[in-house]
Amino acid sequence: MRYIPNSPDERAEMLQVVGLGSAEELFSSIPADLLLRAPLNTPAALSEIELLAGFEETAGRNRAARRPSFLGAGAYSHYSPTIVDHLIQRSEFFTAYTPYQPEISQGTLQVIFEFQTLVCQLTGMEVANASMYDGSTALAEAVLMAERVTRRQKVVVSESVHPEYLEVISTYVQHAGIELQRLGFDAATGQTAPAALSLLDERTAALVVQSPNFFGCIEDINALAERAHSVGALLVVCVTEAASFGLLRPPGASGADIVVAEGQSFGIPLSFGGPYLGLFATRERYARQIPGRLVGEAVDKEGRRGFVLTLATREQHIRREKATSNICTNEGLIALAATIYLETMGPTGVREVAMQCAQKAAYAARRIGGIEGFTLPFNAPRFNEFIVRAPSEANALLSRLAAERNITGGLALSRYYRDRPNDFLVCVTETNSRAEIDALAEGLAALTR
Amino acid sequence: MANVPEDLQYSKDHEWIKVEGDIGTIGITDHAQNSLGDVVYVELPKVGESFSAHEAFGSVESVKAVSEIFTPVSGQITEVNESLQDEPEKVNNDPYGAAWMIRIRLSNRGEVDSLLSAAEYEDFTKAESE
Repeated sequence: MRYIPNSPDERAEMLQVVGLGSAEELFSSIPADLLLRAPLNTPAALSEIELLAGFEETAGRNRAARRPSFLGAGAYSHYSPTIVDHLIQRSEFFTAYTPYQPEISQGTLQVIFEFQTLVCQLTGMEVANASMYDGSTALAEAVLMAERVTRRQKVVVSESVHPEYLEVISTYVQHAGIELQRLGFDAATGQTAPAALSLLDERTAALVVQSPNFFGCIEDINALAERAHSVGALLVVCVTEAASFGLLRPPGASGADIVVAEGQSFGIPLSFGGPYLGLFATRERYARQIPGRLVGEAVDKEGRRGFVLTLATREQHIRREKATSNICTNEGLIALAATIYLETMGPTGVREVAMQCAQKAAYAARRIGGIEGFTLPFNAPRFNEFIVRAPSEANALLSRLAAERNITGGLALSRYYRDRPNDFLVCVTETNSRAEIDALAEGLAALTR
Repeated sequence: MANVPEDLQYSKDHEWIKVEGDIGTIGITDHAQNSLGDVVYVELPKVGESFSAHEAFGSVESVKAVSEIFTPVSGQITEVNESLQDEPEKVNNDPYGAAWMIRIRLSNRGEVDSLLSAAEYEDFTKAESE
């Protein structure tokens, strides 16, 4: 009862005003035979000690959460320093919303400005927005932006982009008058097939690729940019594993026009798929077409440094149906977490994480590729994910690995590619120990012997 | 009172056009710039692009809003005023002169006849503001 905000006296006063004797009389219109006259059939209240013990017992049955895992495919298990969770819970920050009178909240705007600066540094681009919902919606917004910039209606998307990202793009453009064309991947390299690039023509707004792509293969961004630019199209590069920014050349330095990424790798827990963080960056000459909010640096009338929302005239609350996007917000708290993560790790730390991911993945690929009957079908350079072809059906093999060896060995590709029943995607991050990788390789060998 | 030069023709979208031969020079009116407030950016099309009458060919961004600008006539762009990229304030200072926006090769001379004269445009803006 202690959460009912009015006192018994106040309730009595209210009842008196409306001329009733009790609160029950408010429900007198309900027929008597419909009223429940028995107590609710729920367990008795628990003490806090009993409640916690109950939850711990239930959580203890969740074995999958403590299994060594080699799942990636768009959501990555990375270490997040304790300071991230500690700082985001400070009351000054603990709101996910850009305030409605933004300039009053200089601290929030400064964080977003720092976040945008970090995104520009990572992607090698000139301007970044205050964030999008996640990587997939950021990619769909990039497609819409390319149409606005080029005033062309055809978009060519590589099939080595995450299949679920492809679905999100389809959903976003299906009624927007944009025609999507899919571009195959090379069966030997796993990269976007150079021959298929003949789909690019003078009607093409953008070529959309992911790198490292869904199979873990690093795309040749320079070559793709050249092909896209030769027909006047933009190159949109999507990154689902943001940790790769620590090691690979920024897409902006290789000719990308729009770079989007899923930022979950930067200190954001997996949390069953969200909330995550979309990174969105582009060239300054396209700044007016960028979706969402932008924070800019300015000076006040006394010459002091301050932060403002910039180019807000493009946004939906002012420009209605002509707005650059219907996103009027950002992932405030998650962007803050990523900012704290990146500023804590620093360039050296981000590079160290990326190095560990790449080296451990290389070790895992060598171990698994050496098992009799197993092959690595794609030969392109990789970062921390790679496709393995098993001698038998991957789905069944991974289920046995989980049940008998307590290891989540990866993602069976048959979920998205019916013609690849034996292939599965393995992801290795800095959180996987050498012992875990050895156990994975030994488990796979033992179960197929 | 807004300035409405006699020698130009006008559209109900608040653009002016000056036709010489088959080339029309187009900008926004004094009344339009006054309603928009301080102009901070002008987005213009590329030479060679074609537009039909009343289609948006670009946008004018003021501190308050972004507004589209419409061509009163159909045709192909022959020239755009690149200087507005760096000096958008010309739109406020000299809307009928230095802030011309595009030159367009008219594809249908007949469209010019349906445009407003200076007097008609003045009446139109007066009626609109009442």
